[in-house]
Amino acid sequence: MGRIQLDQVKKTFGDVTVIPPLDLEIEDGEFVVFVGPSGCGKSTLLRLIAGLEDTTDGTIMIDDHDATRVPPAKRGLAMVFQSYALYPHMSVRKNIAFPLRMAKLDQAEIDRRVDGAADVLNLTDYLDRRPGQLSGGQRQRVAIGRAIVREPAAFLFDEPLSNLDAALRVGMRLEISELHKRLATTMIYVTHDQVEAMTMADKIVVLQAGVIEQVGSPLELYRRPRNTFVAGFIGSPKMNLIAGAEAAKHSAATIGVRPEHIEISETEGAWKGTVGVSEHLGSDTFFHVQCEASPEPLTVRATGEVSLSYGGEVHLTPRPEHIHRFDGQGLRID
Amino acid sequence: MARAVTTRRKVITTAAAWAIGLLIFFPIYWTILTSFKTEAQAINDPPLFFFFDWTLENYAVVQERSDYMRFLWNSVIIAGGSTVLGILIAIPAAWSMAFVPSRRTKDILLWMLSTKMLPAVGVLYPISLIFVEFNLLDTRGGLIAVLMLINLPIIVWMLYTYFKEIPVDILEAARMDGAGLREEILYVLTPMAIPGIASTILLNFILAWNEAFWTLNLTAAQAAPLTAFIASYSSPEGLFFAKLSAASTMAIAPILILGWFSQKQLVRGLTFGAVK
Repeated sequence: MGRIQLDQVKKTFGDVTVIPPLDLEIEDGEFVVFVGPSGCGKSTLLRLIAGLEDTTDGTIMIDDHDATRVPPAKRGLAMVFQSYALYPHMSVRKNIAFPLRMAKLDQAEIDRRVDGAADVLNLTDYLDRRPGQLSGGQRQRVAIGRAIVREPAAFLFDEPLSNLDAALRVGMRLEISELHKRLATTMIYVTHDQVEAMTMADKIVVLQAGVIEQVGSPLELYRRPRNTFVAGFIGSPKMNLIAGAEAAKHSAATIGVRPEHIEISETEGAWKGTVGVSEHLGSDTFFHVQCEASPEPLTVRATGEVSLSYGGEVHLTPRPEHIHRFDGQGLRID
Repeated sequence: MARAVTTRRKVITTAAAWAIGLLIFFPIYWTILTSFKTEAQAINDPPLFFFFDWTLENYAVVQERSDYMRFLWNSVIIAGGSTVLGILIAIPAAWSMAFVPSRRTKDILLWMLSTKMLPAVGVLYPISLIFVEFNLLDTRGGLIAVLMLINLPIIVWMLYTYFKEIPVDILEAARMDGAGLREEILYVLTPMAIPGIASTILLNFILAWNEAFWTLNLTAAQAAPLTAFIASYSSPEGLFFAKLSAASTMAIAPILILGWFSQKQLVRGLTFGAVK
């Protein structure tokens, strides 16, 4: 089980309110990602759930029990830290066994579970090494191993991949997703990387300044962002937001069009513009086009075959069914 | 960029290091040397540096006149006891100051250290009264308590700085792994801070071993440690330098040997955390 409910949870540090009262429900077995820019309170929220920070107000329920005042050791949650936070003076085996030793399991059971976890995570050959002798990816695996052996109610991940290089990050992302499919245990994952959020989550919680901007599946957030913040934050490259006369034509204060929802043509279209920098990724090309509709250059995605020269004239046409409309407060108009 | 180290600079720094080292070592060397002279040679003018009649006579006299082993044993008990007791109290104190600081933690640390600025003689009277009242005069227990208390600020400070070097993440990981406060300190914090704790123990053992003010004032015969043993050879008249030196040599020998064997640990502890 791993059902977590936050009810009017609030956190202040001195006079600074980091998280204004907030409600959130996490169902058993869900993979929930907290995403937002740095300083948005996502890590604090995770630490509140972990019990590493005390809530200023509100209640945290874990599996229908009030856990608000329960110390972290007794909440039955496991956490993987950004810095891995392995015990440097213990071997890999002892690191993974530590939570089991704390739970006072007998030695045979500890060995069985540690060997099992090491097998799953490809750590069998490294069990006698110290963390200092491992690579970043292996350390991350040990940290995950330490979390899975105790079969917790939920896993908490605090930006676990941000210390790894890009290639390793993609690999570990898959491994964590696979682990979730196999264990079917609740996972709460904090990241500032919206690609990680989109690829891994069942449910994304977008946070800004401690406030939940939107909760939904990756595709819901992509297709129907609730406000301009979510619209700009989810999706890569980010959505083009255009205010002013062009938006007024759609009776909105701001309209948004994703780069992949704009047709590009050298001959005709709705908006005339000049090609700026082109970014060739091979499969795709992103053009930055300066046009009269918007003071900011618009980003447009085209297939890798399209080639336009710098300073050339182009015409852009947004696909009407993919135009997002927002009112003066930045809220979505349906 | 690494600084270019010229041969000239190397020679100068080496010479300077040796000069400072010899300057510090000289009094100890002189004491040991004097202990092998006769009383007359000890006050000879010009001083005799090496060529004199080496004699063990002083050691024989000292051994005859007083029971060295009893003083030594008292020193071991008092220095060891006060250090162990101090460490046991200081680890939780330093833990809370390093990892759950309050707004006043910095003030408390400074205030604790400020007690060391008070001249010991200023509290001699009240402490003596307490000792008389509780029948602690000339007891090892009383001295252990006093030496522990006067060294406690330094122990807490040292441990505090070592603990500050330990990433909080690792302690939080232990909490998430189900460790209570006791397990967290016992299995995670202490093993990680071992180099720092070891050098703290060593330094405080040396401080307590050498402490003379309280040990001389609060003991008579039963609990007197080696400092009292040395002091008993100083007299207002007559020749006593050679015998005093012999007693001093015997008193510092154990701590010199201890220091020699643990210098690696001591240096490692003192520079702990300087490089990642």
